[in-house]
Amino acid sequence: MSNVTPDRVSLFVTCVVDQFYPEVGEATTAILRKLGIDVEFIESQTCCGQPAFNTGYWKEARPLALKFLDEYGEKPYIVMPSGSCASMVKVFYEELFQNDAETLRRVHDIGPKVYELSEFLADVIGVNNLPASNKSGRKVTYHEACHLRRELGAVTQARSLINTVPGMDIVEMEQAEVCCGFGGTFAVKYPEISGAMLQDKIDNIRDSEADTVVACDSTCLMHIAGGLEKQNVPVECVHLAQLLDEAIE
Amino acid sequence: MTSTTKNFKSAAKTVIKDTEVQSHLKGLYSGFNMARIHEAEATPNWEDLQNRAQAIKFHTIENLDYYLDMAATNVEKAGGQVYFAKDAAAASEYVLKVAKENGVRTVIKGKSMISEEMELNQQLAEKEIEAIETDLGEYLIQLAGQTPYHIIVPAIHMSRGEVAEILSDNLGTPKDATIEEMAGAARDELRDKFVQADMGITGANFLVAETGTLTLVTNEGNGRMSTSMPKTHIAIMGMEKIVPSMEDMGIFLRLLIRSATGQRISSYVTQVTGPRASEEEDGPDEFHLVIVDNGRTKMLADPNLREALNCIRCGACLNACPVYRKVGGHSYGWVYSGPIGAIVSPVLTNVPDAKDLPYASSLCGACKEACPVKINIPRMLLYLRNELTEGNYDPTRKKSSIGEFIAFKGWGLIVKDPVFMRIANWLGRLGQWPLVRAGQLRNLPPPLSAWTRYRTFPRLVKPFRDRWKSNEQ
Repeated sequence: MSNVTPDRVSLFVTCVVDQFYPEVGEATTAILRKLGIDVEFIESQTCCGQPAFNTGYWKEARPLALKFLDEYGEKPYIVMPSGSCASMVKVFYEELFQNDAETLRRVHDIGPKVYELSEFLADVIGVNNLPASNKSGRKVTYHEACHLRRELGAVTQARSLINTVPGMDIVEMEQAEVCCGFGGTFAVKYPEISGAMLQDKIDNIRDSEADTVVACDSTCLMHIAGGLEKQNVPVECVHLAQLLDEAIE
Repeated sequence: MTSTTKNFKSAAKTVIKDTEVQSHLKGLYSGFNMARIHEAEATPNWEDLQNRAQAIKFHTIENLDYYLDMAATNVEKAGGQVYFAKDAAAASEYVLKVAKENGVRTVIKGKSMISEEMELNQQLAEKEIEAIETDLGEYLIQLAGQTPYHIIVPAIHMSRGEVAEILSDNLGTPKDATIEEMAGAARDELRDKFVQADMGITGANFLVAETGTLTLVTNEGNGRMSTSMPKTHIAIMGMEKIVPSMEDMGIFLRLLIRSATGQRISSYVTQVTGPRASEEEDGPDEFHLVIVDNGRTKMLADPNLREALNCIRCGACLNACPVYRKVGGHSYGWVYSGPIGAIVSPVLTNVPDAKDLPYASSLCGACKEACPVKINIPRMLLYLRNELTEGNYDPTRKKSSIGEFIAFKGWGLIVKDPVFMRIANWLGRLGQWPLVRAGQLRNLPPPLSAWTRYRTFPRLVKPFRDRWKSNEQ
């Protein structure tokens, strides 16, 4: 845990939030402000480059990575409502620039300054109690985003934040740590495999009898919500930022 | 083994529809996978063991020439004979030569994945030598004329009914035989073969370089029988199976067995150093060790793939993989399946033919998390994807998917500039209008129908950047 509480962070909303879920970016901003932290939004930001990188198009990913490094390189705290985009910067930029020593130095420099939202709240700010309540009486289950868990190693943060809200206790689903089958272009390259993985996730959500699925990545939620919607399962998918923003007084 | 990696997609689709097989695959999560997790948690200093094993593996592979030489010297010192085979064909040829010299008619085989690379059973059959698999799972696979479905549990896909059918056809057991009766019948049959066989062929879990000792891990004792009963024993191993010292075995056996089956120790751990010495009562007159390359030096030569040689073939990544648990082992189309197979099989066969394998992963990292020697499998999958897209495996520079290529080029142009993103968002919102039903896109045309077949897609909205502007003013 850091000794200094930052008074200002730079927000990277991610392209998916920008285009499809702006309310997640707004909730992120709102929580940070409620905690007394000033939020900066760099308007030139776009995408970290992950979609291209994951599909093998590293030439297309590199200019976006460089753009990110230019925009955020000097910022002391960079917060993202996505474990996957944070992993891209913290873990995968290293692969992308493995033959470029100079950029690699910048990558190593920026890595420790990038935080996924739940990590930032739990580990940097040290949020352990919140003036909050479970206003909507949600019955919450938590889906672990893969990159958050396995690239960033953040398993406890989001769960402890949720459980911090008085009156809100996670109803664990079976196989919460198993991938929902999204995987970027994997979902359209292998729709049958991805769809079968999604079905397991939907079944586990149903069996948990929760009415709300929470995760720290809008892409997982896009996939899960899309599946639930397709099958008319009345379970709401919300990002951790939205859940906390709604709960905090 | 003939590669059918090209057919991955269609094979996977068939398996996904097979409810019987799906139920077996599902069991891998609650069974072996959870057993591994439980044992890892119950083992003191598990992560220290992993780190030590990883360091030993990296060191050994970096100095493989040195340790292979040491291993060969010590096997020979113990009275064994060593043959280095550059490929599967050379390895088979050597085995056939030794068999011929010894007038071998019947071979008993311990479990060996590398013999699958060689298609050794077929090679022996062509010379009219009968080879019998003695691991029960492998035996069933052999009787059914199939290939292993899983590194550790080769017949995991077979139902009890199928097994009953196979044994009934081959051993005459009743079709409603109990599991005990079936196992008993197989046991009786295999006992006779153990006694008759002129030659035993096994794989190798490890070869200890400093002593020249072969180590085999089994639960059925068939490894011990295969190495000690026949007059001649041939052990075949991939060149990466070396560990430097006997001390290392303490680490690797802990990791391998717990990761493979969730047992603390397997029923049998067999160690063999050379043929029977004059003062010993048991053991073969001849011991041969065949060390096989068969493409492994390609992995060794590529610093981005070298780590794949650290694999100790425990199968934990298969059990942990949500993709393997859907598509099963045969879909991968060659000897090795699952996450590690998606690297090893393409590289050891033909990467362009196996191009679907590195992409058949959501990059969830469950494999990396499960791996006892911490192999970073997603990193290598990503590397292979890049090589397939922009690198050395596309010799004609012809993009495998021109549509995807154009899509990413176009996407790259748009997202590099927030102004272009704004325009694209605006155009997208206009264009999507006729397709939006209750706030969602429900049926998109190909190729996006691949998405909407299983999920709805969110509609584009006024972007965060624009809302920020108006909110802040």
